[in-house]
Amino acid sequence: MTTSNSNHAGIPVLLFASYADAFGARTVQVPVSAPCRASVLVDAMRVMPGGARLPEVPLLAVNQTWIDLDAVVQPGDEVALIPPVAGG
Amino acid sequence: MKSPSFRPWPVVSDAMGGVVHVAVVHDPIGTAELIARVQHAGIGAVSLFLGTVRDLNDGRAVSGMEYEAYMGMADSELRAIAGEPCASDPGLVVAVEHRVGTLAIGDVSVAIACAHAHRAPAMDAARYIIDELKRRVPIWKQEHYLDGERVWIDPTAPARTPA
Repeated sequence: MTTSNSNHAGIPVLLFASYADAFGARTVQVPVSAPCRASVLVDAMRVMPGGARLPEVPLLAVNQTWIDLDAVVQPGDEVALIPPVAGG
Repeated sequence: MKSPSFRPWPVVSDAMGGVVHVAVVHDPIGTAELIARVQHAGIGAVSLFLGTVRDLNDGRAVSGMEYEAYMGMADSELRAIAGEPCASDPGLVVAVEHRVGTLAIGDVSVAIACAHAHRAPAMDAARYIIDELKRRVPIWKQEHYLDGERVWIDPTAPARTPA
């Protein structure tokens, strides 16, 4: 894999609803480099301001598909941290 | 002027099964239009589920509700869920809309129209789709209380018991 500086600012993660309120933003740059395991990304978010409120096993989507925390996030993936859903 | 032969929904003879319409919308949901989407001459039963905003939750007076969605994913998840009962029953016709934005008491937040030659598959499908929607579609709601407080609903949180 060629060296890329596209990750120098970290991985952008989309936030919604209560998580957007907690982090005070609708997108946060998480200071980890892709590719990385989703659990590493989530752990990095826990120590960011607002991250303490994340549940033990938060829901995550990559490229608008549910993934589990063992999945690997690739450079360029659309990553979203999903609060407990409450539609209907 | 409407002609005497005006029908609220078109009756067509070529039966079309499956998911005919899925949308996450900002404007009020037109339930008659949604029903029209699943109607055709072979349909003997239409089951319509409506979710509406109620004025009381957990003993607190609610003035309104704000719905938010992860737009693209909400649409694709909703489409996948709507397709699940159709996969095992080609006679089923389904149309679903979920509304986002600020809703008032009594407003329709979600409408699910399921049509079939017979009532049981139509009713079962509507039940299945609303249950799965609540589990799997990335949509959230924030209750606005009369006292001004706003709270995002978390179905995974332990239920509060009114004092």
